[in-house]
This record gives sequence, structure tokens and C-alpha cells, in this order.
Amino acid sequence: MRQESPSRPSGYGPGEAPRWEDYSKCIQCGLCLNSCPTYRVLGHEMDSPRGRIYQMIQVERGRLALGDSFVRHMDLCLDCRSCETACPSGVHYGRLIEAARGQIERSYHRGPGATFLRRLFFRELLPYPSRLRAVGKLMSLYQRSGLEQFVLASRLLKVLPANVEKAARLAPRVENPFFRVGTVTPAIGTRRYRVAFLSGCIANLAFARLNEATVRVLARNGCEVVVPKDQGCCGALCVHAGLRDLARAMAVRNIRAFAREPFDAIVTNSAGCGSVLKEYPGLFEHGSQEHLAAAELFSARVKDVTEFLAGAELNTGLAPQRVRATYQDPCHLLHAQRIRKAPRQLIGAVPGIELIEMKEPDICCGSAGVYNVLHPEMAAPLLAAKMRRVDETGAELIVTANTGCLLQMRAGVAASSNPRRRVLHVVELLDEAYRQA
Amino acid sequence: MQEARTARALPLDDLKRIVGERNVLWRAEDVMLYEYDGLSAHATPAAVVFPSTTAEVSKVVALAVRTGLPVVARGAGTGLSGGAVLTEDGLVLGFSRMNKILEIDLENQRARVQPGVVNLDLSLAVSDAGYYYAPDPSSQKACTLGGNVAENAGGPHTLASGVTTNHVLGLEAVLADGSVVHTGSACWDHPGYDLTGLLTGSEGTLAIVTEITVRLCRKPEAVKTLLAIYDAVPDATRTVASITARGITPAALEMMDGFTLRAVEEATHAGYPMDSAAVLLIELEGLSEVVDEEAGHIECACLENHAREVRRARSAEERDLLWRGRKNAFGALGRVTPNYYVQDGVIPRTRLPEIMEFMEDVGRRYRLRLGNIFHAGDGNLHPLLLYDKRDPDQCRRVTQASAEIIARCVELGGSITGEHGVGIEKNELMPLLFSEDDLALMRRVKAIFNPEGRLNPGKLLPTGKMCGELRVQASAGG
Ligand SMILES: Cc1cc2nc3c(=O)[nH]c(=O)nc-3n(C[C@H](O)[C@H](O)[C@H](O)COP(=O)(O)OP(=O)(O)OC[C@H]3O[C@@H](n4cnc5c(N)ncnc54)[C@H](O)[C@@H]3O)c2cc1C
Ligand code: SF4
Ligand code: SF4
Repeated sequence: MRQESPSRPSGYGPGEAPRWEDYSKCIQCGLCLNSCPTYRVLGHEMDSPRGRIYQMIQVERGRLALGDSFVRHMDLCLDCRSCETACPSGVHYGRLIEAARGQIERSYHRGPGATFLRRLFFRELLPYPSRLRAVGKLMSLYQRSGLEQFVLASRLLKVLPANVEKAARLAPRVENPFFRVGTVTPAIGTRRYRVAFLSGCIANLAFARLNEATVRVLARNGCEVVVPKDQGCCGALCVHAGLRDLARAMAVRNIRAFAREPFDAIVTNSAGCGSVLKEYPGLFEHGSQEHLAAAELFSARVKDVTEFLAGAELNTGLAPQRVRATYQDPCHLLHAQRIRKAPRQLIGAVPGIELIEMKEPDICCGSAGVYNVLHPEMAAPLLAAKMRRVDETGAELIVTANTGCLLQMRAGVAASSNPRRRVLHVVELLDEAYRQA
Repeated sequence: MQEARTARALPLDDLKRIVGERNVLWRAEDVMLYEYDGLSAHATPAAVVFPSTTAEVSKVVALAVRTGLPVVARGAGTGLSGGAVLTEDGLVLGFSRMNKILEIDLENQRARVQPGVVNLDLSLAVSDAGYYYAPDPSSQKACTLGGNVAENAGGPHTLASGVTTNHVLGLEAVLADGSVVHTGSACWDHPGYDLTGLLTGSEGTLAIVTEITVRLCRKPEAVKTLLAIYDAVPDATRTVASITARGITPAALEMMDGFTLRAVEEATHAGYPMDSAAVLLIELEGLSEVVDEEAGHIECACLENHAREVRRARSAEERDLLWRGRKNAFGALGRVTPNYYVQDGVIPRTRLPEIMEFMEDVGRRYRLRLGNIFHAGDGNLHPLLLYDKRDPDQCRRVTQASAEIIARCVELGGSITGEHGVGIEKNELMPLLFSEDDLALMRRVKAIFNPEGRLNPGKLLPTGKMCGELRVQASAGG
């Protein structure tokens, strides 16, 4: 029997790195392979969960450099955590990849262009709601004035790095007016709960109507809805990108903003935000006990809007919707938060809806935050496969429960042979049904 | 994990010409990902090649033969006997891109597939029409049909429906000289030697399979799943014999001991009782009335043998959950131990109580924790030995304990492997089971197909380098 070979010095630098307690849980059974979107497309072990963990271990053992190859395969991971659901051994893959990315962020140099753009986006834009709004206003002008069509049709963007052009094409439509924070919306009927709504950062601009619908649906279910003013970006994009210091700062701000009073729940309509909000304590494991305790208190209150509504007694004043629908599981709801039933239960509560399950509803659609912008070559085949599964159901309505998935599925529908199909968030569906009742 | 490459020339340019530049991996940082499978890590391949057609496979094999490089086929690498890893410098033929379902012919209940198709994906593709592919290894959501054919994979439901070989109608394969042959036919019977049967289970040592024609089964009219809960292990093992004594063959008859159960329950929340000593998971399939009647008989058999309780799954969801628990059982133990070693022995099912006692004794003597999961119906045992591979003493104890268990299985009239194959793990144990004459015949068969040992060398048959040793290998996962 072979025993451990003597180790060389670890390839990781100081600070958080993938931990033995986490990666030693991987028994290399390979049961996660076919659940991994990147493995399904590429068929390479390097781009499988098992392979990524193996590479992390080899870096630790000093056998593999924390260099281009390692970074490429870690970057290509969608952080969809489908492998966690598939894994019988309880490997917390999310923790591993996030730590690996933290290491990459600290010790790997991406070149001047990428470093500049990352800095601009993550450090100069995301943390500042006011700057986001300013950019949102500009984008809105740009999109409405016809300038966008002109720019996209022209070859102007070709002079910029390739990713900028792709980002420009995939940029969400800004919705005017923006969602307002710092409000309190009374419950309709008897007040049963007082909840806080975490409205997101970019979502306040690009999903203003969805946010409003969320508040309305909560209000109709006996919630007084507080939208704290000094909240900010949840930090999900930073955690996924390995910017852990920044994510911590964002977490501290939100914990403070929502700690003003003991809300019955802190509700979000974005699965990506929700999963990170629920995992705030992981950011403070090495920090002060005080921060950790506050994070635990905060995270325990976080609820996805579908989770919250399914757990409350649902107001059933819903008008019938005669439509065949199918539901796409957002990865960060299903795999990261393990919520499968709640959204289906809510869809099922709408009279008249025929819910047809698509095959493999649990495989990523390729959206994954800004992934579809950074890795279109991977996102495109995933979306195509997803649309084939949707087509098989014959559904006229696609329901999902996350902003990124909404954008991606809408792009998929627009490019399909049946562009009239609708894509709605579960709460948008409920909102329509309430309003028609 | 050899670091230095032997001097054999790697025909990289030729490989790239055959399958395309993008489909060859050769950089150290890439090929090191192909030094392991579900069992352990071994030699790092010189290159990994991903063909997409039979013609490409044939050319790669011919090239490998010309350059003297061994070739190992790889499906998903979930194998548990080291079948898909190299023992020396060589090429890996990865089948992850040959994963198309070529033809589904429901009227004749068959499908033609490429070997890289994932087992469960085939069932998914025909499920709407009411069909499925019967062999269901616990790894079915990941393992490939090519790997299944090579290992003659079985699963919980093989008790009634048989193993892979009972469901393979024909094969297309590339021989060691690069020529392409077809065996069997799309019909259920055909004249001549049963070469399909010979290749199935040959662990990639006779030919590389490039196309498989399989039988599809109709989903049964009714399925009933029972969970019998016991306070003592011998009661559960005795039940197995008394069920079959009543002339009932369940579709599946699985046993898990209490220790394993608790890990499984924590992993899946399927509703397994946390405080029991053992459970039997029993499934019946067929016509509704028959299934109902049989379920009654089985309940009696369980209660007669002091089952504390017999539960019936009330919905498809509950049933799926119970099976998810069972199929994820190996992995679930990964939660409670840094490493484990799965054994795969077989005994006649009537000897179950004896072997259970024996294993308990082994665990005591070697100071090891054992979990037990098995296909009780066909006497296929999977004791899992828990250890921490950072401790050399534990490693040694695991090896010795496993060897004792396997030897005991053979003594009781059983075998050294039920479904995980021989590979590089148990090839030196083959003499326990076969006489020198038996082995000589196998060598002659191998000499016809694979005279120079180019295909998957060092596997299945004893190499003579080690004598009668079980080669337990720690998984490389840290
Ligand atoms: C958690 C777990 C549970 C398991 N449960 C079961 C079970 O219940 N029943 C069971 O039988 N097995 C089980 N296994 C073992 C394993 O999954 C099976 O042996 C499976 O058939 C291997 O398929 P694979 O695609 O992963 O093959 P690999 O591991 O890639 O290869 C296995 C062997 O097949 C050969 N091979 C692969 N493709 C070809 C080809 N096209 N032509 C020729 N040879 C080829 C390889 O060279 C190798 O020798 C389990 C494994 C794990 C990790
Ligand atoms: S998180 Fe998703 S993309 Fe990343 S390894 Fe896991 S399954 Fe694959
Ligand atoms: S399923 Fe879990 S234990 Fe198995 S290889 Fe994947 S991550 Fe590792």
C-alpha cells in the first residue's frame, strides 16, 4: 500500500487556502462528474469537480504551480455547486473553490488589462450604490437613445478587449425608474411579519420591476416590508471571484444595516445573493469572534423569498393562469441552499397552471453571475442544452427564481424558434396572479 | 505517481493528426489528472487522447502498437479496481467525447450507443416512452456504458434482472492491432462463439469497445419498496435466506448495517432509522397483484425473523429517497473517515450470518472500524474499512484485514470480486479462485486478442511479480 509521499513546500501563499479538512473528504469516486456543467461540455478531468479538487491538492503538495493552467481551470468553474448535491461524501466544494480563488487573487498576476477591469468593476463600482446608479443612468440613456444599437452594430467595440464587447452585448437592460431603497411598505390586511428586503446592487437598476413585485407579493402575504437604506451589494460576485477582503467589508456593512432591529426574516429574491448571505459566517472564520457571532445571527435570518412564502401561509387570492409552465432550478437555490420544493409549491398554488418538469432541471443554464460574460464559449452550449430541455416540455412559460437565470433564459428564448415564450421569476408570476384576481 | 518519464518516444504529432490538436492532452499539468480512478493513483500517462469515432480509435491503437506504447481505455474513471489507470508509461484513450446515443429502437427494445454514454443518461433518454436500461450500478449517474461492459457491472437490481452481460446484444470493438470487429447481433440469439460475452467483463484487456447495442426493458407495472428494520444483524441476514426459501426473487434485496446507515442518513435524510442495527431494503417489481401478494409474504418473513418494523415506501419520492441513500452509501462514509477501502467479495447468500460474524471478528482483531453494505440477495459483500492513510500502521492493518476477508469468502465457496473487477487490485489473488490450468486457458485467450499485452497491461491476470497479494491502494484524495 502506498503511503503519502513526502511533501514539497505548499504552492499556496499566506492566508486562506483550501483546507485539508475539506479536500480530504473527497474520496475521488467520480460520482460528481456528470453533474458538472464544464465536464459535460469539455469531458476533461481538469474541468471536473474531482479534478479541480485534485489540482488544489497538488498545489498544496507543491507538485503543481499556482500558475496559468491551475487558474484557467479554477476560473472556468461556474461555482454552481451542482457537485455538492451530487457528492455523497459531503465535500463542501464551494468552500474549496472560494479559498482557491482567494489564493489566486492574492498571488497570481492576470496581466494589466484584466487587472484594470477587475479593479474597476469590483473595487470602484460594486461597493458604491451611488456610483452604480450613476452608471445605470448613463446606460439607460445609452440604451434608450439608440446609441446602443449603433455601437453594437458598428465595429467600435472591436478596439476594446474582447470581453468588453461581449459584456456590452450581454449587459442587462436598465429599468427606469430604479428601485427605491429606504422605504417601508405596510402589510396588506393583518400584519403577520415585519421583514427586511435585501434588494441587491445591480438588481436595483436592472431588476427594479422584479424588486417591486417582490415587495408587493410580500405585502399581500401579511408582511410589512422594510428596505434598509444603507444596505449594499451582498458580496456574492466578490466571493466567487476570490476577493474575500472586499466581500468581508460588504458583509460587515450589510450585517450592520440589517441589525437595527430583529426582523422576522431578511428576504432576498436572488438565489446568488441568498447563498452568500447564508454563508457570511464562513468569511469570518479566521477573524474576530464578534464578527463571527454577528454574521451567524444575520445568516440565520436570511430566507429566499420562495422559501419564506412557502413557509408562511400563502394568500391564495390568485387568479387562474392557463399556461403550461416549466421550472428551472437556479443553482444557488438548489445546490447551495438546497431549496427544491418551495418554488414548485408556489407555482403549484397558482390555479390553472400546468407545471411540466423538464429533464435535468438541476443543471446550470450557464448564467452564473458574470460567468456568461467572461466565458461565453462555455455558457453558450450550456444554454443551448437547457433550451432543448425546455423545448421538450412544450412550455410557454419558463419560471425560475434568480436574476442571473432570468437574464440567461431570456437570452435563450430570444434566440430560439419560439421567442414569444415568457420567462418569469416565481414572485413575478405570483404578482401577476394577485393583480388579476 | 512517477515523475520522470521513461524514454519511449511519444508520437505527439501523429496523435494530433488523428484526433485533432484539441483532443490530445500531454502537458504535465493536464495528464496528472489521469493518474487516478475511483481506487487510487498510479502512473501518469504520457498523453490522453479523446477520439470521437471508431476510425480514430483504430488509428490510435495502431499507432500505439507501432510505437510500443500501452493503451488504457477510460470511461468516467469511477472504477474501483484501478482498471482505468496505467501501470507504466502509456496512452489513455478517453471516451468522454464518444458519448452519443446513436439509435433508439423501441419496437425492438434496443439501443445502439457509443461507449462514453453515461448509464443513467440512457435510461433518461427512453424514460418518457416507459423504458429503462436495467443494470444499475450505484455509480450509474456518472459511470459509462463502456466501463460497465468492461467491468460487467451489476447493481442492486441485478438480483432479478442480471448483470451487464445479460443486457448487451452486440459490440463493435477495436482489436489490439487496430482492426475493427463486430460481435453478437441485434437479435437475442446468434450463431457462433459468444464473443460478446467474452469481451464483456474483460476489463479492457482484450479489445477496446467502440459501440454497444443494449437491450432496453419496459418499466414494470408496479414497484413496491419495503424497509425492514432490525435490532440485531443476524436477524437481518437470516431473513435473506428465508425470503428466497419462500420462492420469491425480489428485484433488489440490499442490506446496510447500523454504522453505515447513520452516515447515510446524515447525508441524505431519507428517513432511515438512526438507532437500528441493520436494515434490509427490498424491492418488488411486476404486476400489481403479484407484487402486493409478495410484499405480504416478505413482511411475514421479516417479522418472523424479529424485524422491529417493516415500512412500505408510500410514494415514488419516498422510494427515490431510500434508493438515493443506498446508492450514495459508500460516499456517505467519506463524511466520517478520511479514507476508506471498499472490498467486493462474494459468498453464497446462505452463508451471510457466518461471514458477518467473521468480519466483526476481523474488525476487532485489527482494531478497524468496518461498515457493511451489500447486495444481500446475491451474496455480494461490500465491507468498507475505515482508516487514515497518513498513518502507515493503519494502512498495513487495512491490507491484512481485507486479505483475510477475501480469503474467507473464497473458503465459503464465493469469489474475490462481485462487480468491481479485478484490475490491478486483485490480479495477484486470481490463483485463490482458479487452478493453474484455468489461468493458462485465460492466458491463451488473452494471447489471441492481445498478444503483446498492449491493451491495459498488468491487469486482470496475475503478473507473477507479487505473490498472492492484495494490492490495496489508498485513494489519492489527500
Ligand atoms: C461510489 C461507487 C459505487 C459503485 N457501485 C458499483 C456497483 O453498484 N456495481 C458495479 O458494478 N460497480 C460499481 N462501481 C464501480 C464502477 O462504477 C463500475 O466498475 C463502472 O462500470 C465503471 O465505469 P467507468 O465508466 O467509470 O469506467 P472506468 O473506471 O473509466 O474504467 C473501468 C474499466 O473499464 C475499461 N473501459 C472503459 N471504457 C472502455 C471501453 N470503451 N472499451 C474497453 N474498456 C473500457 C477501463 O480500461 C477500465 O479497465 C462503483 C464505483 C463507485 C465509485
Ligand atoms: S461548482 Fe459547478 S462548475 Fe464548478 S466544479 Fe462544481 S459542478 Fe463543476
Ligand atoms: S462526488 Fe464528492 S467525493 Fe466523489 S469525486 Fe466528486 S467531490 Fe470527490
